[in-house]
Amino acid sequence: MANNKKKNLPPQAQEYQAFQKQREVKRPILINCIKAFLVGGTVCLIGQVITTFYIYFFNFTEQTAGNPTVATLIFITMLLTGFGIYDRIGQFAGAGTAVPVTGFGNAVISAAIEHRTEGYILGVGGSMFKVAGPVIVYGVFAAFVVAIIKTVLIQWGGL
Amino acid sequence: MMIFFWAFVIGGLICVIGQLMLDVFKLTPAHTLTILVVVGAVLDGFGLYEPLIDFAGAGATVPITSFGNNLVHGAMEEAQQHGLIGVVTGMFEVTSSGISAAIIFGVIGSLIFKPKG
Repeated sequence: MANNKKKNLPPQAQEYQAFQKQREVKRPILINCIKAFLVGGTVCLIGQVITTFYIYFFNFTEQTAGNPTVATLIFITMLLTGFGIYDRIGQFAGAGTAVPVTGFGNAVISAAIEHRTEGYILGVGGSMFKVAGPVIVYGVFAAFVVAIIKTVLIQWGGL
Repeated sequence: MMIFFWAFVIGGLICVIGQLMLDVFKLTPAHTLTILVVVGAVLDGFGLYEPLIDFAGAGATVPITSFGNNLVHGAMEEAQQHGLIGVVTGMFEVTSSGISAAIIFGVIGSLIFKPKG
């Protein structure tokens, strides 16, 4: 697709694109991955500590303890986002803070804080899911498709 | 004690996959997260996510992929009782905590904190 786009451009633009590609700062993929691994792993390790805490003190099972853990992590994210610490960690860690649910929480909470100047109904309420919305929309739709197929297979396919 | 180790390793590896999608395929974070959620849902469809949770604990429940897994789980639980209609009614049964926590703390955060910069 990228090549198709290029063919329609005048020669100067093509030259410029080649030039720009040459001068583009190469992303340090390996270092980024190591950072993401360490920070993401640490977030999950903290999650595991919280999970263990819920299993021992509140009688959750290993399967159900995921839910209160997620809620607790999002609460911590709110504090870190509010004090502006989360952005700094995020710049260092890249996907290490974006992929865990804390990244989902941060997307919702930072959007809510950022848009409060536009008012609580249209600003906070309307913009809260601007970034995180697609995750919910396509998560739900994909889950719907998967669950429908599985249910049909189980009920009528005798799986 | 091994679960702490595996939580770190598996959680870290899922983040590396996300990082590769950002850097190598040059996707936006929103695209990356969306793909990961869909992957989580599909993995649970094949029954592969549950064993991963047993194995890695929070390493599998904390990354966003577990969101897709939980959606399918809620839908399947209701579907077993009520048939196809349960797929729709049970969708958010297990996932509710993540979304409600995000909404509740988002509103509280916007009440307490002022935007910076």
